[in-house]
Amino acid sequence: MELDLFVRYGPALLSGFGVTILCWLVGSLGGLVFGFSLACLNRWGPRPLGWLIYAYVEVIRGTPFMIQLFILYYGGPYIGLVLEPVEAGILSFILYGSPYFAEIFRSGFNAVPQGQIEAARCVGLSEKRILWRIILPQMLVPITAPLTNFFIILTKETAILSVVTVPELLYETQTMAAETFSFVEPFLALSLFYWLMVLGANWLGKRVEARVTRHLRRA
Amino acid sequence: MSFSFDTILHNFPYLLAAARWTLLISLSGMAISLVWGIFLCAGRMSKGHLLSNGAALYISFFRGVPLLVQLLMFYYMLPYIGIDLPAVQAAILAVGMCSAAYTAEILRGALMAIPAGQSEAAHALGMSSLSLWKRILVPQAIRISMPSLVNELILLVKVSSLASVVGIGELTRISQNIAGETYRPLEIYLAAAVIYFVINWILSIGGRLIERKLQVG
Repeated sequence: MELDLFVRYGPALLSGFGVTILCWLVGSLGGLVFGFSLACLNRWGPRPLGWLIYAYVEVIRGTPFMIQLFILYYGGPYIGLVLEPVEAGILSFILYGSPYFAEIFRSGFNAVPQGQIEAARCVGLSEKRILWRIILPQMLVPITAPLTNFFIILTKETAILSVVTVPELLYETQTMAAETFSFVEPFLALSLFYWLMVLGANWLGKRVEARVTRHLRRA
Repeated sequence: MSFSFDTILHNFPYLLAAARWTLLISLSGMAISLVWGIFLCAGRMSKGHLLSNGAALYISFFRGVPLLVQLLMFYYMLPYIGIDLPAVQAAILAVGMCSAAYTAEILRGALMAIPAGQSEAAHALGMSSLSLWKRILVPQAIRISMPSLVNELILLVKVSSLASVVGIGELTRISQNIAGETYRPLEIYLAAAVIYFVINWILSIGGRLIERKLQVG
């Protein structure tokens, strides 16, 4: 085992980890917001817009993330969209995640009984207030688990960004492996690292879920 | 530069030929995933602690590490422990072993969704364990897990694009090559996206047909 490797490449790995976290946080939060807007537009917007959103969701979910990334990063400049690798990574993350988030929100909307919404309309609540006071608080329970699940899936998808030279963790590890000709230690360490990260995120997700559903348990 | 349909038309046959590799990787990956997933599921549900914990550890690891990292590990590390597999086989193995972890959990979920009362009733009627599995558990588990398994297959078609990273000439890799030669990345990658989409669309329609077939009454 050549462990001094990790000391020498420590700063590079650390900065790679920073980029991984940056892309994951900004990309997935952006995807969450965009996905929520899509779900709202789908529910309250005009019909044709709903069809467009449906097509968007199906196309993004039906094609590999890597191809989407290539279209954006390599194809973008041909329509005047020139992006730095990190920018392309974050933007593609937002575009890739939003349909999944939109579907989760859609299922959340559907989980709230229609009668409650009708009752709210009857007592004169505005659509906006119905969304904030009745639908959102209640849908939090069914959507928390799938949301954290998808956040965790996205932590792993960040590895794919290395393919368009986003200097994230896998990219830095590959550089290190290529320069030192040792492949076993770097990749073993990397896989352990991702594993721990996902386990940690999983634990955090469970905590959030317990917090959100605490009113469902009897004291 | 304007959008060039000619480039797409001219290169489409090559892309289609490459899509065969995509299908090969995902279908063989699914086959490995199903067989190995059944074993993992059995191990996970067994009463033996060692077996059950071992399977749980495997599932946790393979679900917790990005497939791209697993793929690179298989590709770079197998030679170190004396196994020299061609790239395609290493990729299929990596994809299958990763997917098996998900398949095992899908199957376990399906088996646990069958009410325990049914097994108890079968035992009470004097049914043997073998026919309990054959006539009660497996048929229902297949029906329950079919949508998730089709989902998994669709996921496999998409993740097979990662195999391009270790140099396998599947759809994504060939698209890269053609895009590099023609300087038309937008057109070529869009064409590749269409092919992926159509494959997955056909799979999801097929899945829905099978689901309907399996429905009772």
